[in-house]
Amino acid sequence: MQDDKAGGVPIRTVKSFLSKIPSVVLTLWQWLMKNLSIEDPVEAIHMGSLIAAQGYIFPISDHVLTLKDDGTFYRFQVAIYLCKRTMQNKARLELADYEAENLARLQRAFARKWEFIFMQAEAQVKIDRKKDKTERKILDSQERAFWDVHRPVPGCVNTTEMDIRKCRHMKNPQKVKKSVYGVTEDSQSQSPVHMPSQPIRKTTKEDFRKKFANPHVNILITYSDQYIEYDPFITPAEPSNPWISDDATLWDIEMSKEPSQQRVKRWGFSIDEVLKDPVGRDLFLRFLESEFSSENLRFWLAVQDLKRQPLQDVATRVEEIWQEFLAPGAQSPINLDSHSYERTSQNVQDPGRYTFEDAQEHIYKLMKSDSYARFLRSNTYQDFLLVKKKPENEQGRRTSLEKFTRSVLGEMLCGLSP
Amino acid sequence: MSELEQLRQEAEQLRDARKSCGDSTLSQITAAMDPVGRIQMRTRRTLRGHLAKIYAMHWGTDSRLLVSASQDGKLIIWDSYTTNKMGPLVPSLRSTPSPLRSSWVMTYNICPSTCWGGMLPSPAALLDDNQIITSSGDTTCALWDIETGQQTTTFGGHSGDVMSLSLAPDARSFVSGACDASIKLWDVRDSMCRQTFTGHESDINAVCFFPNGNAFTTGSDDATCRLFDLRADQELMMYSHDNIICGITSVAFSKSGRLLLAGYDDFNCNIWDAMKGDRAGVLAGHDNRVSCLGVTDDGMAVATGSWDSFLKIWN
Repeated sequence: MQDDKAGGVPIRTVKSFLSKIPSVVLTLWQWLMKNLSIEDPVEAIHMGSLIAAQGYIFPISDHVLTLKDDGTFYRFQVAIYLCKRTMQNKARLELADYEAENLARLQRAFARKWEFIFMQAEAQVKIDRKKDKTERKILDSQERAFWDVHRPVPGCVNTTEMDIRKCRHMKNPQKVKKSVYGVTEDSQSQSPVHMPSQPIRKTTKEDFRKKFANPHVNILITYSDQYIEYDPFITPAEPSNPWISDDATLWDIEMSKEPSQQRVKRWGFSIDEVLKDPVGRDLFLRFLESEFSSENLRFWLAVQDLKRQPLQDVATRVEEIWQEFLAPGAQSPINLDSHSYERTSQNVQDPGRYTFEDAQEHIYKLMKSDSYARFLRSNTYQDFLLVKKKPENEQGRRTSLEKFTRSVLGEMLCGLSP
Repeated sequence: MSELEQLRQEAEQLRDARKSCGDSTLSQITAAMDPVGRIQMRTRRTLRGHLAKIYAMHWGTDSRLLVSASQDGKLIIWDSYTTNKMGPLVPSLRSTPSPLRSSWVMTYNICPSTCWGGMLPSPAALLDDNQIITSSGDTTCALWDIETGQQTTTFGGHSGDVMSLSLAPDARSFVSGACDASIKLWDVRDSMCRQTFTGHESDINAVCFFPNGNAFTTGSDDATCRLFDLRADQELMMYSHDNIICGITSVAFSKSGRLLLAGYDDFNCNIWDAMKGDRAGVLAGHDNRVSCLGVTDDGMAVATGSWDSFLKIWN
């Protein structure tokens, strides 16, 4: 970057008002834009400030860097540095307020060592005086920049601050261990098509891995395509995004028992969508009741609820669920295969949050493959979907009109009361 | 060559093969896809009130309440829409189960029925009203019963501190990202590590599940985010750019999973087209590192928290 001839940044001696300022890096941000293919000038400036903040370059006339540093060694250095500054020509290099404060503080802290520090500073100043003027200027500003980074001006960002959670690592720097991929741990991993033992010296293995990933990749793509109209960052929300329009109508609609058409449509994407949405769940339950198979959904819901119970209530709930859905003579018996039934009745002996896990899996699959498909074709759902086809605006307006009327009436009534 | 050496070599080759094809799989398929276009977001709200670095934030399930934790020891609950504070919390030691006692407020969570805040040493995921998964300083994760304060399960296997957790949408499993550059998928019920994912070259600071639970994204100190698929058992995409030279602190997906939002050490957030791998936008506005971010459940907005002590809501 510094090599002018090899396309680096030009470095010149710039003539300013009273003196020449050596080694100034000109038009850095333009160079950055060109060489790093940045399109946005704002980003180039941002990049430049980052580099500056890290101390790689520094502005000549201003202190605006950040840094951090700790350790006695550096504290001594600061003390020596500040002493030096006071020894040099005061007119040119006055200490800023915060620096004077720091110097005083350090003097107090290192009272005993102060003689030593002072001597060091004197020695360094003597050596500096012997140097070439230009060189001295450069070194001075470099040193100043260093301390700007390590002892920031109050109010500036400290770029060398570390995340507190990682400070531990500084004491025991571990090499990042790249685990030997999958060999020891993945004995548990269960990709049915995965064949980790095949040697991969041939390129066909790469193709295999690519092909293997394809169906899963497609699942992700399909999902994001399907839901893109539900993503307010991409498809503007209807009637409006409350954060942008300052109108919370959308949230009111969501809370009401009257879901939007978009929401009803989403229930058709998967059984999980129906089960997640309280209004959808109710509708699904009503449908199942009409088919006399509502015990499946009620069982599923009860088991979900069980998993959220505090430990002390778990045993009682397990018993209740067993009695209602599974015990001989149960009120709402669910249809389980004999294997699952055996497992579950054993689990009930030692009740826990996951006692009914197998049974729940079985019932979920049943609902998914059987009831859910019929639900989507049913009049119950279809009617709901059609009703919601009324234009969104009308509903939105009606709701906000209702709200407005209510608020006006409310105010009038308040005005009337003594 | 000894058998161990042979195995090691094979594993290396496996890893290289996966790396080379994993990186291109998704972007090859989506090359023909329509780009998502430039996503320009603006700050809609700024939440001021913390006095020190913000380390963590979380949205409530109503997509309006938000809780944030700061190094000044306070948790603040905000009605972010009105920017009113619902009152800062300084959790009392008595109210937390003793094994979870710690001197740092690092994270908390809001669950549907109550606001639960706690002092925990590191990342945590609230499983439900009664259980929480945390990561401990000794490279393990643990499942706790909140009321009794008992640790019901331990998840051990990482060789570095666990920096981040993400619960799957079905709450049956979770992923943990650690300083050993690997991510592990755990089964909540039997505490087994089902899968391990490698590829990153440095500490993993953030993990987040894709909305359908089939994949997750990670953010690392190696300046890249990556997308891993559970069933394909491999990395599908890497989100990086030569201009980006600093670590990622936090990641989140938009509602459809098409956008990946990531907070960086260079004070910005980048918005990536998760399917195509290009950058789609930037959120610039913080004066210090972005330490945490989260998208609301309804997908309407994203909140960022920063070391500059402010939270910003964007969309």
